Amino acid sequence: MEANKTTPEKKTSILFVNKEREPLFSKKNRKLLSDPMDDNNPITVQVLGICSALAITVQLKPAVVMSISVMAVMAASNVIISLLRNLIPNRIRIIVQLVVVASMVILVDQILRAYAYDVSKELSIFIGLIITNCIVMGRLEAFALGNGVWKSFLDGIGNAAGYGLILILVAFFRELLGSGKLFGFQVIPDAIYELGYVNNGLMLLSPMALITVGILIWIQRSRNRTLIEKN
Amino acid sequence: MEAYLNLFVKSIFIENMIFAYFLGMCSYLAVSKTVKTAVGLGLAVIFVLAITVPINFLLDTYLLQPGALSWLGTQYADLDLSFLSFIMFIAVIASMVQLVEMVVEKFAPALYGALGIFLPLIAVNCAILGGSLFMQQKDFSGVAESAVYGLGSGIGWLLAILAIAAIREKITYSNVPAPLRGLGITFIITGLMALGFMSFMGIKL
Repeated sequence: MEANKTTPEKKTSILFVNKEREPLFSKKNRKLLSDPMDDNNPITVQVLGICSALAITVQLKPAVVMSISVMAVMAASNVIISLLRNLIPNRIRIIVQLVVVASMVILVDQILRAYAYDVSKELSIFIGLIITNCIVMGRLEAFALGNGVWKSFLDGIGNAAGYGLILILVAFFRELLGSGKLFGFQVIPDAIYELGYVNNGLMLLSPMALITVGILIWIQRSRNRTLIEKN
Repeated sequence: MEAYLNLFVKSIFIENMIFAYFLGMCSYLAVSKTVKTAVGLGLAVIFVLAITVPINFLLDTYLLQPGALSWLGTQYADLDLSFLSFIMFIAVIASMVQLVEMVVEKFAPALYGALGIFLPLIAVNCAILGGSLFMQQKDFSGVAESAVYGLGSGIGWLLAILAIAAIREKITYSNVPAPLRGLGITFIITGLMALGFMSFMGIKL
């Protein structure tokens, strides 16, 4: 796995104690946000968090809700783990991380049930599965354990955004081609249906999510040849 | 007996963890480069799933469900702790994985070396937590049913990773377009395999 690609910075700055204060959005920090969108995308490059990415992308709405939930969970748990990073004994760190992530997910789940019940029913077990979403754990292990709070926050937001980007792209194509709608509203005009256009029902089947992601990877790697694997 | 057999076959083929729900994809993609490590991880997943699903079933029935605590006395009968289920399930799973890790390290050091980081990461394999969460939704009538379900979905997972590992070993000899090599082609093959597995959906059990 290439999860360890971003090696932690040599000098870890502890909250409020770093001598030379960086500006909040210095070039390095902006890179933390923008890298996961493309060159270091959690799904297509780091191979993290694929499970949930595929099952909920039939329509745009659950995909968007899922991305926002993952973003909230990742930002919050990255910050918490980064605050605790000097206190957690190395041997039990996975359990500590799981407990922190699980509490965040419970919060998100309860909020969704209170304010967006129908979407929460649709996502069913996949909100719970954010706990074991490899993106969250992977970034906690690879980044938050060795970096300051603000950087970890940005890393969490950046990676969740990269994840959301792929999710929304896949959901966009699947909903558009599969049912001719976006966010549940019909976008392909009736006139085209009358000409004989038929929705591609295949896109609604779950295997097509895998193939769509495969094609996205193909496009990304033919654009950026450095990402090509030897075999 | 027949009901158990039906559930077993259903959890292996029709509700296959990977091909129907895409659970546990991360380790599935990362450990499927050779058949040998794939089998090792698959066996570990079967073991952990077959143990944690029944344990979590008991926890769910006697601690977490609304009214589950009535065995403690009538004043507890209307407690609903189901919001704690995520954290309970993941704690059981994490400790079980720790146990499996110690057993494998002791009795099969070669396998331990080969699995490397992925053994502790079974704890965060979505298939394991997914098994427990599906169990919660399915309202099984007893422990035996949940154990059969856990075992069956584990075997289904092993089958899937075994198949893709064998294909990936062979595909090194083919001329795949360079940007598709590795991850891309694995996704597409898995998609095609999942399409094949959809044909099991027609079976009524």
